[in-house]
Amino acid sequence: MKSALEIRLTPAELQPACEALLRDDGRIQMAWAWVPSPGGIEVCYLATQGAQQSFVLWRCGATDQGLPSLAGIAPLLGWYEREITDLFGVSFSGHPEPYPLVLQEGARPIKPPLDPAYPRDTAMLFKRQPARIPEVLGDDVQALPFGPVRADVMESAQFLFFYLGEHILHYQPRLFFKHRGMEKRFEGLEPALGVVLAERVSGVGSFAHALAYCQAVESACGCVIPPRAEWARTLLAEFERLYNHLHYFGHLADTTTLKVANAEGKLLEERVKQINARLCGSRLLRNLLRPGGLRHDINVYSGLSEELRELHLDISRYLGQLSRTAGYLDRLIDTGVLNRRIAFDQGATGPVERASGLDRDLRRDHPYAAYGAVEFAIPLRERGDANARAEVRAEEIDVSMALIARLLADIRHGALCSSCTPLPSVEGLGWCESPRGALYYAVHFDEAGKLRRVKIKSPSFSNWRVFPYTVHDSNMMDYAINEASFGLSIAGCDR
Amino acid sequence: MPAWTLFGLMRGSATTDWPVGEDDGQKNVLGMPRYHPEKCEAGCKECVAVCLPGALTLTHGNEARLKVDYGRCVVCQLCVEVCPTGALATSNDWAFAVHERNDLRWKEAIRSPEAAIVKSRIEGAFKRSLHIRHVDAGSCNGCESELQALNNPFYNLHRLGIFFTPSPRFADVLLVTGTVTYAMRDALLATYEAMPEPKWVMAMGTCAVSGGVATGGYSSGHGLEGLLPVDVYLPGCSPNPAAIIHALLVLLERASPRVSDGHMDINRHE
Repeated sequence: MKSALEIRLTPAELQPACEALLRDDGRIQMAWAWVPSPGGIEVCYLATQGAQQSFVLWRCGATDQGLPSLAGIAPLLGWYEREITDLFGVSFSGHPEPYPLVLQEGARPIKPPLDPAYPRDTAMLFKRQPARIPEVLGDDVQALPFGPVRADVMESAQFLFFYLGEHILHYQPRLFFKHRGMEKRFEGLEPALGVVLAERVSGVGSFAHALAYCQAVESACGCVIPPRAEWARTLLAEFERLYNHLHYFGHLADTTTLKVANAEGKLLEERVKQINARLCGSRLLRNLLRPGGLRHDINVYSGLSEELRELHLDISRYLGQLSRTAGYLDRLIDTGVLNRRIAFDQGATGPVERASGLDRDLRRDHPYAAYGAVEFAIPLRERGDANARAEVRAEEIDVSMALIARLLADIRHGALCSSCTPLPSVEGLGWCESPRGALYYAVHFDEAGKLRRVKIKSPSFSNWRVFPYTVHDSNMMDYAINEASFGLSIAGCDR
Repeated sequence: MPAWTLFGLMRGSATTDWPVGEDDGQKNVLGMPRYHPEKCEAGCKECVAVCLPGALTLTHGNEARLKVDYGRCVVCQLCVEVCPTGALATSNDWAFAVHERNDLRWKEAIRSPEAAIVKSRIEGAFKRSLHIRHVDAGSCNGCESELQALNNPFYNLHRLGIFFTPSPRFADVLLVTGTVTYAMRDALLATYEAMPEPKWVMAMGTCAVSGGVATGGYSSGHGLEGLLPVDVYLPGCSPNPAAIIHALLVLLERASPRVSDGHMDINRHE
């Protein structure tokens, strides 16, 4: 795979390789499986050796006995391995949590659903069975299952609380109710059609998903993107960050019962969504990208820069007021502390990891689009509490506004798209720093130049894994605030 | 806290007076492509090849060559881009709420517009206020993003007497988004069962109407097709907040559907 140094490993070499990687401060970014030829499953592990080092890709053929689990050494791999077991039937020996993850208990596919031999349009058999949940014993311990249908307009997921009075003893999120099998939908498609799917994996991350997907295809095809397209991609990626972060503050203010601050945050978000529509015809920034560049030009209308200056003033006034509100700060400071070690081991990403002192951002560490040509700051905090997570996002809004202003002062012109046709059996990796963190797409083409396998690693898949570590042993009153401070989405995680 | 009260007062009102006034906030938002059969050329099937959810299919023998089902359209605009003759053209037709699934299927011969659609559907029961229970049955969260926008100060849904309620026991309408995955199906049906009569169902977004891009497969469903009785269909990907408000007013019979037989605003053109 281009853009990553490839190493082929035998199952026996996996564990030593992983231990060596971790000793050198390396980190595994994701793992996925695919079926290069009928009957043969290959598992791929993507790793980085230090924050700004190049990508390393380990490839290992799965044997009939499965593979040794690496989750005991690199805990963040736990979910990836369980997902591969659910969707490919590969077992991992010695896994500390050998339970289904992506598929519900009681789901009975006729064969592993991501095996290309599993028919495209056959539903699984399903008879709901009780979920496997930890036993929490003791006098007066109460269990509260909440969801999957939750209050208000929320994405579906179920949360289990075991608590005593206000004190949460144990918390377990049950996700993947929304698992739509999106990765399977890519099978057999032309690369240009795949964008339509990528844009609909996570609506509030439509642009980032389309971008990471296109870059994966472009890497596989070895095509070069015209400067105008690189410029527009960078610009709109920052608009996506902007409206998501503003939504974040509106929601966070809501959980701290600040009604006016909730309204103001959501109104600022609305203003950006309306700008999005005027720029490209879609409030969620859809229908613009294609492998090779852009589908159509964006409309940089007159008055945009003035409108943004005014918006920035209103945002600064709003965030300034929030940072002076004692009642708000009281609820955030020291709430939901995620220490650096857990953030690293469990795979935290985006503003969540940067609030726990991990200095990583794909825009700087592995530049794409036009990010290599612009300077920008990467806000960091060490405390790892809800307030640190909010402060990182607040500063990122300023950085985004500055980036947008700089891009608008230096508009690139020229062609929108270059041709992008895959050769047989090529592969590519694409990534982007979405508003919620690192997003990866890995694509494998077949002999006919159609998509054979697309793997999506969304940032919330990583952060949902981390989040419970900040909930155990906390209290019920802080739960909603803590969850809001993580800024999690579910659709991208569940796929 | 008083600082925020002052902050709010200083900001003044941000709320649009739409649908009475003009500003729906959707400037430049693209809607469903319009079909112009007279421009559609024999032998061409470019649009059908790029239509991922199967909203466009070829017909045989009829005068119009294409079968257009807006209930499957995800508004990706690819068909418009590949159409060599302009038979499919961009539009701002996003207010696509209808009562009958068939009204989302484009037809050459338009029925005479229904003068009075089942007038008593909601009258008497709910004239002024409406309580919605939303269920995400497997969406991409684009629909949730736009539903949450309804309560921002620009749209301020409350001004229309429409509210979201946490409990299905208090709900008049079940508003469903998403494809209805195998894992959400029982929770969705249980929510519907928990609602008191009389109750209504709205399918919001192309996923809930027909399954959308994720339709079928090992874990996705086909939206509410064959699952629950639907009173208002609102296709779109995602329907914007103004389209959702229009659909809710259609449900309340405070607005008329603007689409029939797949055509937008035929009454107004005549």
